[in-house]
Amino acid sequence: MPETPNQAPAVHVADLRKTFSVPVREAGLAAAARSLVRRESREIKAVDGVGFDIEHGEVIGFLGPNGAGKTTTLKMLSGLLYPTSGEALVLGYVPSRRERPFLRQITMVMGNRNQLQWDLPALDSFELIRAIYRLDAVDFRKTRDEFVELLDLGQLVNKPVRNLSLGERMKMEFVAALLHKPIVLFLDEPTLGLDVTMQKRIRTFVAEYNRRYGATVLLTSHYMADVQALCKRVVVIHHGRMLFDGALTELAARFNATKTIGVMLKDGTADLSAYGEVLESDDGRVLLRVARADAPDVATRLLRDLPVADLTIEDPPIDDVIESVFATAKPSDDDADDANSGSTEAAATAR
Amino acid sequence: MTSVATPLPAPAPRRGPIEWLRGWFDIYTTTMRIAVAEQFQYRVANYFYMIGMVAEPVIYLVVWSTVAVQQGGEVGGYTPGGFAAYYIVWTLVRNMNIALTPYAWEERIKQGDLSSFLLKPMHLIHFDLAFMAGWKVVVIVLWLPLAAFLSLLFHPTFNASLESVVVFFIAIWGAYLIRSLELWSLGMVTFWTTRVGPVFDIFFTAELLLSGRLVPLTLMPDWAQQLANYLPFKWTFSFPIESLIGGLPTSELVGGLFMQLFWIVAWTVVVLIGWRFAVKRFTAVGG
Repeated sequence: MPETPNQAPAVHVADLRKTFSVPVREAGLAAAARSLVRRESREIKAVDGVGFDIEHGEVIGFLGPNGAGKTTTLKMLSGLLYPTSGEALVLGYVPSRRERPFLRQITMVMGNRNQLQWDLPALDSFELIRAIYRLDAVDFRKTRDEFVELLDLGQLVNKPVRNLSLGERMKMEFVAALLHKPIVLFLDEPTLGLDVTMQKRIRTFVAEYNRRYGATVLLTSHYMADVQALCKRVVVIHHGRMLFDGALTELAARFNATKTIGVMLKDGTADLSAYGEVLESDDGRVLLRVARADAPDVATRLLRDLPVADLTIEDPPIDDVIESVFATAKPSDDDADDANSGSTEAAATAR
Repeated sequence: MTSVATPLPAPAPRRGPIEWLRGWFDIYTTTMRIAVAEQFQYRVANYFYMIGMVAEPVIYLVVWSTVAVQQGGEVGGYTPGGFAAYYIVWTLVRNMNIALTPYAWEERIKQGDLSSFLLKPMHLIHFDLAFMAGWKVVVIVLWLPLAAFLSLLFHPTFNASLESVVVFFIAIWGAYLIRSLELWSLGMVTFWTTRVGPVFDIFFTAELLLSGRLVPLTLMPDWAQQLANYLPFKWTFSFPIESLIGGLPTSELVGGLFMQLFWIVAWTVVVLIGWRFAVKRFTAVGG
């Protein structure tokens, strides 16, 4: 792990805001003609007062639905976007100044972006990265070979990038993004579109990189398996605002007021609707949803009243918890505009 | 926003001026190698590109040679052999002048491709300059047999000295630098306006007429020749060509190189200042 001259967090964000001005017009020829003389635009709050700290070596899951402001926040922290207001510090640097020592210590992997030379083997792109970051040739080869082995890339590094599968290309992207051994990683949907095996491989690699180099990681992903595997702490954002910042295990307790009780009866199925909401009943196993506070009591009653062969009490799946978090966070009037911030980001990208 | 913490130490880059220069040399040569390797992926396309590139000057050459013959063997100081020399050198200079177009900037911004470049601890101009320079190496190799073929066909007359050959080899790289920086500056307009095609078209039309690309400048009216002296176009096209085909006195050769230096410095200032605002503007709109 790199030396830390003070106890400042690796990432410090306070009241960070980003507002986009987006041109708007109605559909149709008449509206198009009107827009020739009078253009209208609308302010969209993509990020609206976000704040959190990340300690060195922490791996944080940054969660939110499409258009929540996750990517915008990551782009502000990596120096790609200029904040409208607020404070952002990464390793003590103001990202928007894009100072070279700062850029040397961070990386950003975007699941839908490619930094490799399309027509050439990835090895050529790795060489270019070595030159740009002015890496020592011996260290570079050692790091490259280490990552190639960790990701089981083998001879694929000699194949033109255009001939690689999506998963293979993503693994190459990771090697390219980490060759300079950054200590802060911004990972924006890095497993997007990958199959389950490839997702797991990427997760293992990120975990191993974090372990070996003590890197701080801020990860966005719609795959909760990524978050569960890598992040003890999550920050949830919706409509540009923070909803939650804490341990993943606390998320269910905070936002989901239910528990799931699984019951296996010795003599087949029975009607258990008197104990809770029956979610599923199959082959003698019944799943009940009950209020979190009532779970111990319901379990006691089940054990007392029925010939129970097996009984489990679980939190609902994390995907369901996240869904309920987003469902309970109703947008205010002010946020009505923000609901489009996802498409706003896309439109801004394609300007 | 103010800093509240001491920045952590960055991985130490190489120290000292020699190491610093070596680092830049490494960046440029590595990028050029990649450009060459990428061009070699498309050998057939390259040859067809070169053949297409030759079509334009051959048309000019045939037209002006015919005019010269009909005018008694010379027009604007050029004989058919002089025109042949002009337009054969033209093919090389034109290829040396090719740089990243402003249209490519539109694509870069639309596709969000700039993001990965902006995360690198290096100004993007270096990558573009080095990459296109590597591309030139391939172009020059492909140009040699075409130039030989055109020479056999049109019998050019050169009046080159060692001095003019040396100036030519400096001037074609000077022209490349001027035009690259010029188009970079123009390309940055896309940070402010999405559709800038018509603006570029006006620029390229002016360049076509006042650079010597369409016809040698001596065939243009006096006012156009005077105007061309104060614009960058001539120094990227007409000057390198005329420096090789001969006839320019030493004072004009040296003066031309100084004019190139002037425009390199001027466009560099525009690029450096413009980029600071453009990046902020880019980051202000996304991507």
